[in-house]
Amino acid sequence: MILAALDVFANSLDFLVDRRELLLEKTWEHIELSLVALAISILIGVPLGVALGHLHRGSFLAVNIANIGRALPTLVVIAVGFTVLGIGFTNVIFALVVLGVPPILTNAYVAVDEVDRDAVEAARGMGMTPIQVLRRVELPLALPLLFAGIRTAAVFIVATATIAAIAGGGGLGDILVNQAAYRVEGLVAAALCVSVLALAADAGLGLLQRLLTPAGLKQQVSSFEPDVRPVV
Amino acid sequence: MAQPVIPDFGEASECVSENRLFCPDWVRDNWDPVLQPALVQHIQLTLIAVGFGFVISLGAALAAHRLRFVERPFAWVSAVIYTIPSLALFQLLVPITGLTVTTVEIALVGYTLLILFRNTLAGLRAVPPEVLEAARGMGLTAGQTLWRVELPLAVPAIIAGLRIAVVSTIALATVAAFVVSRGLGGPILGALRLDFRTEIIAAGALAVGLAVLADVLLVLMQRLATPWAASRRSA
Amino acid sequence: MRERRQAVEIVFDHATKRYPGRAAPAVDDLTMTIPAGEVCCLVGPSGGGKTTAMKLVNRLVELTSGDVRVDGQSVRSLDETTLRRRIGYVIQQVGLFPHMTVAENVATVPKLLGWSKREAQERTDELLDLVDLPARDYRSRYASQLSGGERQRVGLARALAADPPLMLMDEPFGALDPITRTRLQNELLRIQEEVRKTIIFVTHDIDEAILIGDRIAILREGGVLAQYDTPERILAEPADDFVARFVGADRGLKRLSLTRLDELDLEPANGAAGPLLEGETTLRDALSAMLNDGARSVVVDGRDGTRRVLTLDRITELLR
Repeated sequence: MILAALDVFANSLDFLVDRRELLLEKTWEHIELSLVALAISILIGVPLGVALGHLHRGSFLAVNIANIGRALPTLVVIAVGFTVLGIGFTNVIFALVVLGVPPILTNAYVAVDEVDRDAVEAARGMGMTPIQVLRRVELPLALPLLFAGIRTAAVFIVATATIAAIAGGGGLGDILVNQAAYRVEGLVAAALCVSVLALAADAGLGLLQRLLTPAGLKQQVSSFEPDVRPVV
Repeated sequence: MAQPVIPDFGEASECVSENRLFCPDWVRDNWDPVLQPALVQHIQLTLIAVGFGFVISLGAALAAHRLRFVERPFAWVSAVIYTIPSLALFQLLVPITGLTVTTVEIALVGYTLLILFRNTLAGLRAVPPEVLEAARGMGLTAGQTLWRVELPLAVPAIIAGLRIAVVSTIALATVAAFVVSRGLGGPILGALRLDFRTEIIAAGALAVGLAVLADVLLVLMQRLATPWAASRRSA
Repeated sequence: MRERRQAVEIVFDHATKRYPGRAAPAVDDLTMTIPAGEVCCLVGPSGGGKTTAMKLVNRLVELTSGDVRVDGQSVRSLDETTLRRRIGYVIQQVGLFPHMTVAENVATVPKLLGWSKREAQERTDELLDLVDLPARDYRSRYASQLSGGERQRVGLARALAADPPLMLMDEPFGALDPITRTRLQNELLRIQEEVRKTIIFVTHDIDEAILIGDRIAILREGGVLAQYDTPERILAEPADDFVARFVGADRGLKRLSLTRLDELDLEPANGAAGPLLEGETTLRDALSAMLNDGARSVVVDGRDGTRRVLTLDRITELLR
C-alpha cells in the first residue's frame, strides 16, 4: 500500500514538471478568484464590523455571525449559489464572499469593541472627536485582531475556491474534481499546489500581522497559527 | 456543463418538472431512500471524527500540560493540517488509503485537532494558581489534582472547543462526497450535476439544521456540566 | 463522632533552606520549639523567609539541611502526601475549589482519607457551625457566591475538617478589609479556645501577631531568627535594634493592649472620679480614655461588684 502510494507521489511530481504551465495557469486563476473575493469581503466586513464595534452595538449578531459562517457547509453554499445564480465567476464570488465575510466581521467587531476602554476614555477626555478616537486609538489597537480575522477569511476563501470548480469557478479546483481527465497523479499534484498556496497565504499574512502589531502590545499569536477563537 | 436535465420520475409533479426551488412532495417521497440515509451517514461521519479527534487531542493536551516541549510540535502540525483545503487533503490521502471512508475520516479527524488541542490546553492552564496550591498543600496527589480539580475546571473550555469542532466537521463532511458517496454531500453533488434544485436545498438545509442542532445541544451540555458557573451567570 | 486529636509539638532543628544560585539562604539555621496547642506567629519583613520556614513543615519546600520534627517524627520520614493530609493548610487567597459546593470543599480531605459519607457530612456541618456559617444555608453554595470573609471561613473549616493536630496559616486574613479582618482574628481566637491546635501563623503585621500569638518568632532578612518569645517579653525587651524597630516605637503602648482591666487587682474607687469603662477594656484604651477626658484615672466595676479605680501612676508602674 505504501509502495503504491509512493509510486503515485513520484508520478505526481512528474506531472508537476510536465504540466507546469497548466498548473501555473490554474494557480493564477485561483489566486485571482481568491483575491477578488477577499477584497470584497474586506470591503463589506471591515467597515461594518468596525462601525458596530465602535458604537458597541449589535454584539449578539456580530459575534455569532462567525459561528453561523462556520456552520455553513461550503459545498452547500456553492450549490445554493449555483441553483440561484447559475454558473460562472459571479456565482462563485458570491459564495466565497458569503463565507469570507463572517470571520472578518466578527473579528473586526470584537477587535474594536474590546479595545481598552480606559485608553478610549482618556482619548476622549483629551478632546479627540469620535472619528479621531477611532483613527488614532481604536484602530491601531484593534489592528492585530482585525488582521487575524482577515487571515482566517483568506484561508477559508482559498479552501472554498478549490471546491468552487464544480460551479465553474476555475482555479486549481478544476483539476481536483476532474479525476477522469487528470488521473490520480494530476489530482495529487494539484492538491500539493493548493496546499502550498494556502500555507503560503497564511504564513504571509501572519508575517504581515506580526509586522503590523504595535510593539507595545503583548500578542501571543504566533506567526503561524490560524485564528480559531474559542467562543465560550 | 451540458444543458440542465430534469430527471424523469415518471409521474413528475408540476413542481419538480419546473425545477422550482423547493418541492415538498419530492422531499416526502425521497426522505426514506435518499435523505434519511444520507443524514444518518453524515452524523456517523461526524461522531467518529470528533470522537477520535477528541481522544487524540486530550492525550496531547495532557502531555503538553506536563511536558512543555510537546505543545509546539503538536500545535504546528495540527495548524498545518487545518490550513490545507479539505479537498486537497482528501486527494493527498487517496493514494495511501484509497477512495474509502477511512480517507475521509483521517482528514476530518485532522481538522479537529487544532481547535480541540488548543482549547483543552487553555482550559487546563486557566485553573487559578491558588486553587492548585491549596490542593497540593491539602495532600492531593498530582493525579488526584488532575482528575478532581483541573479537568472539571477545564470542562467549559473543552466543550467550547467541541462545539466548534462538531460544527466545522458537519460542514466539512459535505465535501467528503468527492471521495466517497457518504453523507449529505452525496445528494448535493449528485443534484448539482443534474441541476436539480429541490434536492440541493433539502440536503443543504438538513446539513445546516444538523449543525445548528448540534451547537444548541452542546451549549445545553455545557450548562449542565458546570453548575458552578450558573451562579456566576446569575450573580 | 470521631475522637478529638491531640495537638502536637513542632521542633525546628537547625533547619536551613538554600536556593541554588542565591548567595544567602532563605531560612538560616532556624532552631525553635513550638509547644503543643500554642499559636506561633512567624513575623518579619518581606523576604524574611517566614513563609518558606512554614512550608518546610508540610514539605511544600524541601529542607536543604537540618530537620523539622512534628510530634517527634522528622517530616522527612513520612511520604509528603500523607504528611499533608495531617496538616491543615490555609492560604491568603483561600483557593476554594470553584467547581465544588462549600460542603464538598470542606469534605475534601476526609474523603481522601476514606471517611464514610455520613461521617464526612456530620463533620462538615459541625465545622460550618463552628466558623459561624450555618450549614443549612451554606452547604450548597459555590465559592463565587460568597464574600471574601465567608470564603476564608470556609477555607478555615476545610483545613480543620480531618481534625489535624497542626495547622499552617499563611497570611490568611491579608486580603480582607480591616473590619472583616478583625472579626476573623477574633473568630480564630475563639475557635482556638475550643479546638486547641498547634498553629503556625505567618503575618507581616506585628499587631496581628501580638493579638493572636502565644509566641512570636521574628525573622530578619536572610531567614535568621531575631527573637522568639512571648509577645509580652518581646515588647518589654526587644533583643536588638532590628526587633525594636520592627515592633515599633510605640511598643510601650502595644504592651498596654495586652492586658485588660478585669485581669488586674485594682484599688477600691473610694469616690474617685473618671470615665466609667467596661471590664474588657484594654489598658491602652483606658489610657486613651484618660487622655480624651483630661482625667488621671478611670473607674470600672470589679468582679465582686464594687467600683475599682485605675490611675495613671498605676499604669506607669505596670509597665516597669
